[in-house]
Amino acid sequence: MNDNSFFVDSTFLSKSALEKKHRLENDPASRTDHMKYLEDMEKIDSDVMEKVLSEMKSYDSSAYTAKDVIAAIERERCTIEDFKALLSPAAEPFLEQMANRARNETGKHFGNNVYVFTPLYIANYCENYCVYCGFNCYNHIRRMRLDKSQIEHEMKVIASSGMEEILLLTGESPSMSSVEYIGEACKLARKYFRLVGLEIYPVNTDDYRYLHECGADYVTVFQETYDEKRYEQLHLMGRKRVFPYRFEAQERALRAGMRGVAFSALLGLSDFRKDALASALHAYFLQRKYPHAEMSLSCPRLRPIINNDKINPLDVHEKQLCQVLCAYRIFLPYVGITVSSRESARFRNGIAKIAATKVSAGVSTGIGDHESKYTGNESQDSVGDEQFEINDGRSLEKMKKDMEAEGLQPVLNDYLYV
Amino acid sequence: MTDDKLILGGHEFNSRFILGSGKYSLNLIEAAVRDAGAEIITLAVRRANTQKGENILDYIPKGITLLPNTSGARNADEAVRIARLARELGCGDFVKIEIMRDSKYLLPDNYETVKATEILAKEGFVVMPYMYPDLNIARDLVSAGAACVMPLAAPIGSNKGLATKEFIQILIDEIPLPVIVDAGIGKPSEACEAMEMGAAAIMANTALATAGNLPLMASAMKLAIEAGRKAYLAKPGRVLSRGASASDPLTGFLRE
Repeated sequence: MNDNSFFVDSTFLSKSALEKKHRLENDPASRTDHMKYLEDMEKIDSDVMEKVLSEMKSYDSSAYTAKDVIAAIERERCTIEDFKALLSPAAEPFLEQMANRARNETGKHFGNNVYVFTPLYIANYCENYCVYCGFNCYNHIRRMRLDKSQIEHEMKVIASSGMEEILLLTGESPSMSSVEYIGEACKLARKYFRLVGLEIYPVNTDDYRYLHECGADYVTVFQETYDEKRYEQLHLMGRKRVFPYRFEAQERALRAGMRGVAFSALLGLSDFRKDALASALHAYFLQRKYPHAEMSLSCPRLRPIINNDKINPLDVHEKQLCQVLCAYRIFLPYVGITVSSRESARFRNGIAKIAATKVSAGVSTGIGDHESKYTGNESQDSVGDEQFEINDGRSLEKMKKDMEAEGLQPVLNDYLYV
Repeated sequence: MTDDKLILGGHEFNSRFILGSGKYSLNLIEAAVRDAGAEIITLAVRRANTQKGENILDYIPKGITLLPNTSGARNADEAVRIARLARELGCGDFVKIEIMRDSKYLLPDNYETVKATEILAKEGFVVMPYMYPDLNIARDLVSAGAACVMPLAAPIGSNKGLATKEFIQILIDEIPLPVIVDAGIGKPSEACEAMEMGAAAIMANTALATAGNLPLMASAMKLAIEAGRKAYLAKPGRVLSRGASASDPLTGFLRE
């Protein structure tokens, strides 16, 4: 996808804002150094990023043959080299064999359990300019931040559907959605849900510790792409532009006492094979350093956003996505794999029998619209726009029925906050 | 055989098969009770900690002893808190200590397990600790008040059988408590072998959960455990390691 097709100019932007936007898009010299931490950003002593990036940079996916792939599928313990073969184009003809091996590994570690959760977006203000994202600061959408009573109302509606695990999300705006604000949301979530996860802007260890004390126990941060040069071209402004600070978010979260962390690249932004390799190695190396931590991988593909329906996952078709997920499962049999509502019901039903262990249900990526979505009643309050278009709008009840029909056991909670 | 009971913390059981909690499903519980004859079913407290509708406790048949486990605990303190919560939830006094600081292999932390056992035994729990088969730790668990010791045969969920056979045998020979082989048993033949060695019971989950025909595998497991137990009680006959005995005794030269 040509980067120009990511760029959308809103008629609502002032002349100076438009000028700045165009400058950022067209003149690399106008952008800040994406490898340099901002003053308030904590720098930790860690070699994980170096390990991951050096493996990724030296990875040549065209160097692997059918023989390498067969050996990888058959070897009892999948090595990093085996994993690279499984991600390569040479593995595409062996997808069924990979799926069989993946299904066996999933069965050994997770049985037929599939965990179900829902995301709750509490704010969509954002200070970053990430060219592919619906929340980006130059995109003209209805912005909103729920106050405490609105958050509680949303939570009540979701909890009444039977959901027990929630993932709280915000746009990335520390000024509009402060750590204290998110902490209050965590405290409320603990009242209604058993497990509270966070997908917010990366913060320092102390702030993760505070959010953990407020009730959150899992932290998801998507690196989007591990190709730092590509990252620089896509994240043109804001705190998110600082690549290493984002990379180290999971490690800071674990140091702060969080039970688990989740990783992902947004497949389609760069070479998806390299990004898949780096995502899994990020989890792999951190698990070796923090063996008690629970690890989870997601696998989002690009989706259309408000004001830009041309955005699509490019060369990552369902087959490639399935290959990536099977390779993840064979290489890291113990990690959770989440498949979100970006994918269709058909794909999610199928992949849950092979590799996925967690799916979302009852999803809205908008702000404050659960009541209308869950009950059909139009909400009195205004709502905020969505981050991206979802592809699977199944309710919790429907998801449970569908998973049972596939021979799977939907699980709403397998967790204690201790 | 009718008076051959498994005794744990003063409670008597006829069955020597215990269902583990790893891959819980309603079919599994049904097959374990009906076909494998389980009288004790492990349940993860974290799974029972649910709000409504899905509570695992609702699916446990009457007359079955619940064995709540502390899975999710990363140290003794967390295990103790989870055990106390289990008691509050009405799960009884049995508790399986399961403490893991490793999310990859799920190997138990023996040191923390001893600490938790000591605290919970004093609080009146019937403590069943999951452990890596180490004789010194097993002795410490005895001193700490455990009701049994539960060494792993192989990593959880691996179905790899008696990978730690020699060390389990040492525990059976040296520890004056029931030795329950927990984790790794993948086939009925392996369960049978462990029982022949003198194990008091077998705990398994994945071996059933991943079988092609769950009820059939459950009944096979029951028969294998019973066969192994009977063989142990019958005391196996002499096994010749290589060919026949020498016809001229090696000590035939002795004259006085």
